[in-house]
Amino acid sequence: MSETPVVDEQKCTGCGLCVSVCHLNGLAIIGKVVTIVGAVECDWCADCELVCPTGAISCPFEIVLVGSWRPHKDNA
Amino acid sequence: MAVQLEFLSGTQYFSGLNHAELEAIASRVFEKTAGRAEILSMEGDGATGLYFVASGVVKVFKTSADGKEQILSIVRPGEAFNDVPVFDGGPSPVGARAMGPVVLYGITRDDMMAILLEYPGVAISVVRALAERVRHLISLVEDLSFKHVIGRVAKILLEHVGGDGIRGPRLTQQEMAAMAGTAREVVGRSLKTLETQGAIRLDRHRILITDEEALQRIMEAS
Repeated sequence: MSETPVVDEQKCTGCGLCVSVCHLNGLAIIGKVVTIVGAVECDWCADCELVCPTGAISCPFEIVLVGSWRPHKDNA
Repeated sequence: MAVQLEFLSGTQYFSGLNHAELEAIASRVFEKTAGRAEILSMEGDGATGLYFVASGVVKVFKTSADGKEQILSIVRPGEAFNDVPVFDGGPSPVGARAMGPVVLYGITRDDMMAILLEYPGVAISVVRALAERVRHLISLVEDLSFKHVIGRVAKILLEHVGGDGIRGPRLTQQEMAAMAGTAREVVGRSLKTLETQGAIRLDRHRILITDEEALQRIMEAS
């Protein structure tokens, strides 16, 4: 499933600043709250989170360990 | 489109002025529009004018010699930017870029200086606004100069990584900033630095720890 920014509708004031900065046109104000509408997959630039004055939209990161690109001492 | 008096009275600089005073100032305001990612002022530029954001968002930033960008402030509707070169007559110390389509209301340096002389209340508001700005920048300088934020961010990543098939908690940059005791702008820069150093890789909504040992070394060195 495509990951999208997280919206807290209780905090959203419908100011539309996030809509104006989304370079993928992935957001719209519908019914006075921001809604994810993008057909293009979000690239997680987090500009929407950066400009939101109330913290209503966020781009949380999952932190994943994928190992080391450098060889372990045992394998070196 | 003429600037609305209501807009002017809602700005920090011109709040508290009466109708006639606002009308006098409005007559000196010009409008400027810009598209997404358009540079509105560059570091070193002379003062073209003081700008208020009417709609959209402007990013004010400083660029280092090696091209790294540090966000200094996000300017939202009703807020001003480019005031330093307007008030001291020197070159702009920062750059400003439209983050999307923006509409700005501008006042030239000469007109702004005339307004300050004519309306002492505006001068007091400007001093207050600049003092707030200095306070914010001092806090940012403290974060960038004295705190080992990169090490703290490395620690946060190591403490919140998922494992053994269990997903760790998802963290926003704001949350990481709160945990590290710093500003969100500094976390963004720290993540980019950790990526440059090869310890992590930003992969859309995931932060991949690609070199756990390197991340641990960075944490311990701070």
